[in-house]
Amino acid sequence: MIKSTCPGSPELIALGAEAVLVKACYEGMPSIFKVRVRKPYRDRGLDTMLIRSRSEVEAKILAELRLKGLNVPALYYVDLSEGLIVMEFVEGPLLRDLIYRGSEKALKCLEELGELVASVHDAGVVHGDITTSNVIVGGDGVYLVDFGLAKYSRRLEDLATDIHLFIRSVESTHYGLKEALLRHFMKGYAKVKGRDFTDSLLIKVKEIRMRGRYVEERRVRRGI
Amino acid sequence: MIILGIESSAHTFGVGVVRDEPPHILADVRFVYKPKTGGIHPKEASQYFMSNAPEAVKEALSKAGVKVRDLDGIAVALGPGMGPCLRVGATLARAMASYYGKPLIPVNHALAHVEIGKMLFSFKNPLIVYLSGGNTLIASFSEGRYRIFGETLDISLGNFLDTLARELGIAPPYVVSGLHQIDRCAQNGKNFIELPYVVKGQDVSFSGLLTAALKLYKSSRAELSDICYSAREIAYSAIIEVSERALAHTGNKEVLVVGGVASSPVLRSKFEVMSRLRGVELGIVPPQYAVDNGVMIAWTGLLLLKHGVHVRPEEAYVRQRWKLDQVDVPWLARTNSSGS
Ligand SMILES: Nc1ncnc2c1ncn2[C@@H]1O[C@H](COP(=O)(O)OP(=O)(O)OP(=O)(O)O)[C@@H](O)[C@H]1O
Ligand SMILES: Nc1ncnc2c1ncn2[C@@H]1O[C@H](COP(=O)(O)OP(=O)(O)OP(=O)(O)O)[C@@H](O)[C@H]1O
Repeated sequence: MIKSTCPGSPELIALGAEAVLVKACYEGMPSIFKVRVRKPYRDRGLDTMLIRSRSEVEAKILAELRLKGLNVPALYYVDLSEGLIVMEFVEGPLLRDLIYRGSEKALKCLEELGELVASVHDAGVVHGDITTSNVIVGGDGVYLVDFGLAKYSRRLEDLATDIHLFIRSVESTHYGLKEALLRHFMKGYAKVKGRDFTDSLLIKVKEIRMRGRYVEERRVRRGI
Repeated sequence: MIILGIESSAHTFGVGVVRDEPPHILADVRFVYKPKTGGIHPKEASQYFMSNAPEAVKEALSKAGVKVRDLDGIAVALGPGMGPCLRVGATLARAMASYYGKPLIPVNHALAHVEIGKMLFSFKNPLIVYLSGGNTLIASFSEGRYRIFGETLDISLGNFLDTLARELGIAPPYVVSGLHQIDRCAQNGKNFIELPYVVKGQDVSFSGLLTAALKLYKSSRAELSDICYSAREIAYSAIIEVSERALAHTGNKEVLVVGGVASSPVLRSKFEVMSRLRGVELGIVPPQYAVDNGVMIAWTGLLLLKHGVHVRPEEAYVRQRWKLDQVDVPWLARTNSSGS
C-alpha cells in the first residue's frame, strides 16, 4: 500500500506522552504516522476506550476543520482499532522553539495562532490542549496539531477553559515573555471573534482561574 | 547552621530542629489537635496550639541538645492554612526572634512539603505531583519559581476519594490500615464501567466523575465494588496521565509525589510503572513526612537563610492563601527545566 516515492527512510519524530510519531511516506506524500500506545498502568478496558475515543475524535475533527479551510494537517488514513492516524507532515519548527530562540517572528505567530484558535472555536470545536508545543510554524502560517483532547462545544465555559489552559501553559513555559505573548494572542483572537465577545470570554477565564485557587478555603469548609 | 522551625497551619503544631550537616534532623516534635466532633474548628485548634506551644519548643530543643542561643535562625510557616492556627506559630516565632535577636525566616508550607521530599530522596530538580486533601497540582521549576503546570479544575483527588467513600456509605473512617476505603472496596471489582474521564491539557476534573459514580450507585444498576474500581481507575489514571505529559514537556528526570494520597499502594504502583517506562526516578514521600511537621519548615528555613532570606519580626504576617508559585526559590535559580 505504501509507495515510497518520497525520499528518506522512516524517521522517529516524537515520543509523546500518549503516542509515538513517525515520519514516513504514505501514497507518495511525506506523512506523520501517529500511533497511540497502550499504557500498562491503566485498566485494559479503560485503555481501549481512551485510545479509541481519542483517535476517533482527532481524526474526525482534523477532517472537519480542514474542510473548513483551517490550518490543521490533512487527514490521510485512520485505523481506530490500532489507534493509528496518518496525516500530512507539516514542515517547520515548533512555536515553542521559535520563542526559546527569541525569534522576531514569534509575536506575529501568536497573533496568527489567536486567529486560528478563534476560527476553530467558531467551527464549534475546542482543542483541549493548546500549548506552544502543539503549534507548528509552517511555510504558509501556523498549524495547530494534537486534537486528541478536543471536543465539540460552543459553551462559553468550554471556550474559556481552552484559553485558560493556554494562558497557564505560557506562564509555565515562557514566564518572562508571557505578557507580550498573550497580548498578541488575544489581539488575533479578537480580530475573528470581536472585542465584545473576547472581553466576556476573558471574564469567564478569570472565573475559572479562581476556582483552582480556592482549594484551601474548600478544605476548611469540608473540615479535616 | 542550626535552624528551629514551627508549623501550625492546620491540625498539627510541630517544632523541628535541623542542621546543614548529616544527620540533618535533630528533633521532630508534634502535637496533633483532634476535634471532638466533626471537622477542625480553627479557634479550638489554635487554643490547643497555644497551650502546648511552650512545651513543644522546650522538648524540641532538649531532644536536639541545643540552646536557643545556638540557633542560627527561627523559621515559621506563614501560609497557606487557617488564620487562627497560623497566627499561633507566627506570634511565637516573632517573639523568639526578637527576644533572642535571631533571624526570622518566613516559610511557605507547600514549598516545605516539596523541599523535605527532595532532601529525603536527594533529588535535584524533580517534577512535583502534590496530592493531598486540599491540593491537586503538578509543578516544575522554571525561571526562579515552581510553576504550576496543571491542577484540578474543581475538587482535589483526596476530596474526591473521601466524598465518594462517604456517599457510598463506606466511610468514615476513610483510611484503614494504610488503605483508603475506595481502594479496599475496589479490590473486589472486576468489571470496568465507563464513567467520565476528564483531562483537559494538564488539568484534571473529578466532579463529573463523582456525580456519575453516585448516580450509577443510586440506580442500583452496578455492583458497588465495580463502581469503586472504575472510579478509582479513572481518577488515578488521569493523575498519572497528566504527570506523564508534564514529564514529556518539561524533561524533568525525577518525579516527587507529595501529600496524603501518595500513601495509596495502588497509586504508588501505577507511578512505578509509569516512571520505569519514561526512565525517570520516582520518590514518594513516606507518610511520616508527608503529613504536616516542623522539620520540613526548619529545613526549608535553612535553605532560605543560606540564600539570605529573612524578615523583620513586624513583617512576618500570615498569608492564608500563599500559593507555591508565589515563592522565589533561589537555590534552584541556576537550573532550568524548560525544554525537552
Ligand atoms: N502533522 C505533523 N507534522 C509534523 N510534526 C508533527 C505533526 N503532528 C505532530 N508533530 C510533532 O510531534 C509532536 C507530538 O505530537 P502530538 O502532540 O500529536 O503527540 P502526543 O503524544 O499527543 O503529545 P502530548 O500528549 O505529549 O502532547 C509535536 O509536538 C510535533 O513536534
Ligand atoms: N493510604 C491512603 N490512600 C489514599 N488516600 C489517602 C491515604 N491516606 C490518606 N489519604 C488521603 O489523603 C488526604 C489527606 O492528605 P493530607 O493530610 O496530605 O492533606 P491535607 O492536610 O488535608 O491538605 P494539605 O496538605 O494540602 O494542607 C485525604 O483525602 C485522605 O483520604
